[in-house]
Amino acid sequence: MSIIKEFTKGIIKENPVFVLLLGMCPTLGVTTSAKNGLGMGLATMFVLIASNLVVSSVKSLIPDKVRIPAFIVIIASFVTIVDLSMAAYLPALHSQLGIFIPLIVVNCIILGRAEAFASKNSPIASIIDGIGMGLGFTLALTLLGAVREILGSGSIFDFRFLPENANTMLLFVMPPGAFIALGFLIAIVNKIKKA
Amino acid sequence: MAKKESTLVGMLLSLTLISAIAALSLGFTYKATLGPITKSKLEKKLAAIKEVVPLFNNNPDAEKYTVEGFDGLEFYPAKKDGILVGTAIKTFTKKGFSGEFWLMIGFLPDDTINNISVLEHKETPGLGSKMEKDSFKNQFNGKNLDNFNVKVKKDGGDVDAITASTISSRAFGDAVQRAFNGLKKGGKQ
Repeated sequence: MSIIKEFTKGIIKENPVFVLLLGMCPTLGVTTSAKNGLGMGLATMFVLIASNLVVSSVKSLIPDKVRIPAFIVIIASFVTIVDLSMAAYLPALHSQLGIFIPLIVVNCIILGRAEAFASKNSPIASIIDGIGMGLGFTLALTLLGAVREILGSGSIFDFRFLPENANTMLLFVMPPGAFIALGFLIAIVNKIKKA
Repeated sequence: MAKKESTLVGMLLSLTLISAIAALSLGFTYKATLGPITKSKLEKKLAAIKEVVPLFNNNPDAEKYTVEGFDGLEFYPAKKDGILVGTAIKTFTKKGFSGEFWLMIGFLPDDTINNISVLEHKETPGLGSKMEKDSFKNQFNGKNLDNFNVKVKKDGGDVDAITASTISSRAFGDAVQRAFNGLKKGGKQ
């Protein structure tokens, strides 16, 4: 497999959110605005790249039977590092994303890529896979956040294009709106993939 | 992947080693971020205090006090040249639509409300979150709770509730009332 293929597969063909339907909990939970989606996506991407790199570097040292606990310790460490760093340097975004940052530990994309890809491939290929999958996840979350923010709050990246008291579709910033918006986005991606 | 034999010693060794490295790097990160985290929390608090009380030149955080019977309330006296110009009270309610939220309320020495700042909340975006807007919270400014009922109009009070967010509006009033009661009981220091 070529490097370019590893890189691009995560963005459309195997997009973790729209195609693999992995990591639905943060996807639905934090995407009330484009900024939140982007922040969550980037945090996840960092953890994904770092854990892919470490898992693929130490894969031959870890006995097969304890590989899952070992992967989880590695992933949890990186998540805690992200959590602490965000609290220190991006406190506003950190308080917005709240509980979802520690929950990156149990995001199935990360363990999924560690198990399915990083534990079978070289470190370089694993980094590329992490960047590709991470970008796909970030893209999906930002897109979903943008759709919900435009329809629900009448703004994009906190920039308002509708007056303060305009009647927006509030449903879209609430939980049911996440499901509706995600459903439509998946349908569109499926259409694009088939075309 | 060439599967490595899973011997007991091997499993123990590798897991211990991984955990030790993880613990070491976490300890290091914790140390490195502890300073900035405390600093940003303090800055956030001081900014909220500045927003709700008149200009002061003491350090309200250093003179913080609490009042017996009002657990969770924090009182920050704001003084200019040693004279009390206002008291900022960090207050909370558990009656929010999505659980607790926290406010910083500034009282003038005559017990009227100077200004209110929303510290942290999880209310519905676009509905309950409107309590952060001036159009809602400014109706409390200049009011003394001795003759201003913080219940919403629907319940016979004086507060204009946020449309479609009566629960958040009621909770807001609850937090304001708690701060006022604490101030009345604890007095000013």
